[in-house]
Amino acid sequence: MGSFAPALASLNGLAAGVFLLSAFGLLATRQMQGCLRFFRLQSLALVASIVLIAIGMQVPDLLVVAFLDLAIKPLLIPWLLRRQVPGEVFQRREIDQVLNIPSSLLIALVLTLVAYFLAEILPPASGAVDSINVPIGLAGLLLGVFTLAVRREAVPQLIGIFAIENASLLAGVAIAPRLPLVAEMAFPFDMLIVALVIGILTRITHERVGTTEVGALRSLREETSR
Amino acid sequence: MSLFAILVLPLFAALVSWLPLGRRLAPAATLGISVITLILAVTSALRVAGGAPVVALRNWLELDGLGALVLVLVAVVAATAALFSWGYIAREPDARHLRRYYANYNLFVWAMLTVPLLVEPALVWTAVELTTIFGVYLVAFDDTPEAVEAAWKYSILTIMGGAVALLGFIVLYPATRLGDAPFTWAGLVVLAPKVSAHLLISAFVLILVGFGAKTGLVPLHTWLPDAHSQAPSPICALLSGVKTTVVLYVILRMLPILNASGRIDVDRWAVVVGLISVGIAAFLILQVTDYKRLFAFSTVEHMGIILTAAGLGGASAHYGAVYQILNHALTKSFCFFAAGSVLLAVKTRQIADVRGLLRTSPATGAALLFGGIAIAGAPPLAVFLSEFSILRAGVAARQYLATGLLAAFVVIAFFGILGHLNRMVFGQPAPGADGAAVRLPLSCGVTLVLAGAPIVVLGVYMPPPLHRLLEAAAQSLAR
Repeated sequence: MGSFAPALASLNGLAAGVFLLSAFGLLATRQMQGCLRFFRLQSLALVASIVLIAIGMQVPDLLVVAFLDLAIKPLLIPWLLRRQVPGEVFQRREIDQVLNIPSSLLIALVLTLVAYFLAEILPPASGAVDSINVPIGLAGLLLGVFTLAVRREAVPQLIGIFAIENASLLAGVAIAPRLPLVAEMAFPFDMLIVALVIGILTRITHERVGTTEVGALRSLREETSR
Repeated sequence: MSLFAILVLPLFAALVSWLPLGRRLAPAATLGISVITLILAVTSALRVAGGAPVVALRNWLELDGLGALVLVLVAVVAATAALFSWGYIAREPDARHLRRYYANYNLFVWAMLTVPLLVEPALVWTAVELTTIFGVYLVAFDDTPEAVEAAWKYSILTIMGGAVALLGFIVLYPATRLGDAPFTWAGLVVLAPKVSAHLLISAFVLILVGFGAKTGLVPLHTWLPDAHSQAPSPICALLSGVKTTVVLYVILRMLPILNASGRIDVDRWAVVVGLISVGIAAFLILQVTDYKRLFAFSTVEHMGIILTAAGLGGASAHYGAVYQILNHALTKSFCFFAAGSVLLAVKTRQIADVRGLLRTSPATGAALLFGGIAIAGAPPLAVFLSEFSILRAGVAARQYLATGLLAAFVVIAFFGILGHLNRMVFGQPAPGADGAAVRLPLSCGVTLVLAGAPIVVLGVYMPPPLHRLLEAAAQSLAR
């Protein structure tokens, strides 16, 4: 296996690069459809990285995880969201955002740098193939939280959560590739239930409140004595 | 065997509730099975209190002192809330909506019961995540714009917390390469001295931030008063009484692991984070306008008290922390039953709109007053005893600053809670208020009596098996 390691490492580096790029894409895109597309791309990059680690570290269990992730994240979750969330929401081009895009991107850049330094204190990746995964996973996590904070629409917020989970897994498979299979299988299924439940909630919100712009939900506050 | 039964029975109840077989079946099945689960949980806990941890499946399904305490509390509140739901939810006209309520109720309870039973951290994460997800529908049950808004804030903030905490749990796993112990809570305590301090701290911070959001620790508490005020009252009792405790239980599990490493002063972290929550919540209590939010902020305060107590260190502080977990779960669930009864009688959540409750609706007024006095920590009720034991342990440990702040915040919250309730319960009712016309459903009245009794009894008498269980629970914090 040793002679393949450099090739696997650079392929994994490519996958991690695509992962980080799509995390930026999630933050920068102004279209609901684009958001979903970047999430698909990010999930595919995650799957690619898991497969490469499975080969490089010879952990066949991870192939099962990769397969489950492939089935659930890029395929099932977008399909579920399409089914449950009213189509009108996806037609919308402009997504309201708290900050404008250039300044969000600047902050995102700073967060990525911070992640590289923070990654020093996390445990190192377990193999030679995947040393890039920990800093990029941490960057993805911070970017996901930031995306969640600046978005004001229901679906992009939800996708922000999935991006955080993706990032946790990207770093996770590198740190602990031999996590028990039961646990690793539980993670994607968990996300599936999240998509199901929040999808329904988005529809109800649309029906009751008339918008999925959740940033506008402001009726529950201490000051407003209705 | 009984642990497996506890894992299966609520799922069975969820299935039965979901079947369209009449309006009475779902509540009856839920109540019956939650009582059976309660009996099983109590018998298992008694065995733990007897000195032997219960092992159903080694390294996966085990029960020690702290786990047993949380398990029993979930089972108790699940049973009383099922009884309260019987009368409270019966007004719901749509039978399908009703069945879905009970199906989700059982799934929610099931997820909460699995958390203390599982000892494999990665699976515990999954179980905690499921408690959040199954709670979403229940919070949104009333289907008003406010309830939907509350459900949205609840789900986004707490699921985000879960996603952040996930990395913390994964980071713990490489520890198992350093020694010959399994990936369980107990195994990690054994391994901790060999693990690098960086790894433990990064895992702890990720879990504290992530699950802190789910527990309602300041500053990620903003969803909590919304969700806990908009959900139906039996669900509030479950959310406030035990759901927050179940997540806090996971954070508490991390303390002995970090302490075992011997190089990290995690207790100080716990005290600081805990005190911030107690302090902010105490001042927020002063300015609430909605009495269900009042009790919700009190939950934030109590989560902080428990975390602070666990961080004060020493056997008596640990005993105080688990004692507080017990009393808070019992008292807070009672408070929300009382608040739910008041809501049935006066149909408003605003403190300012309710006056002279003792005259218009004496039973609910008395219950609300009793709940308020009990949760604020007035003697001789249960919460007073546990708060007093925490303060005494703090003084004994010479942590004067932390103990002094804690005492000050608790006193502020005490006057905040009683000030608001005083205005609601006493005085002249507003002209035209005819709350007496609304009769409290029988099951709600019975629940108030059943849930109120232990608060009074524990104030004056501590049954020896319960004392032994608390000591076992305090020991799981110490190790």
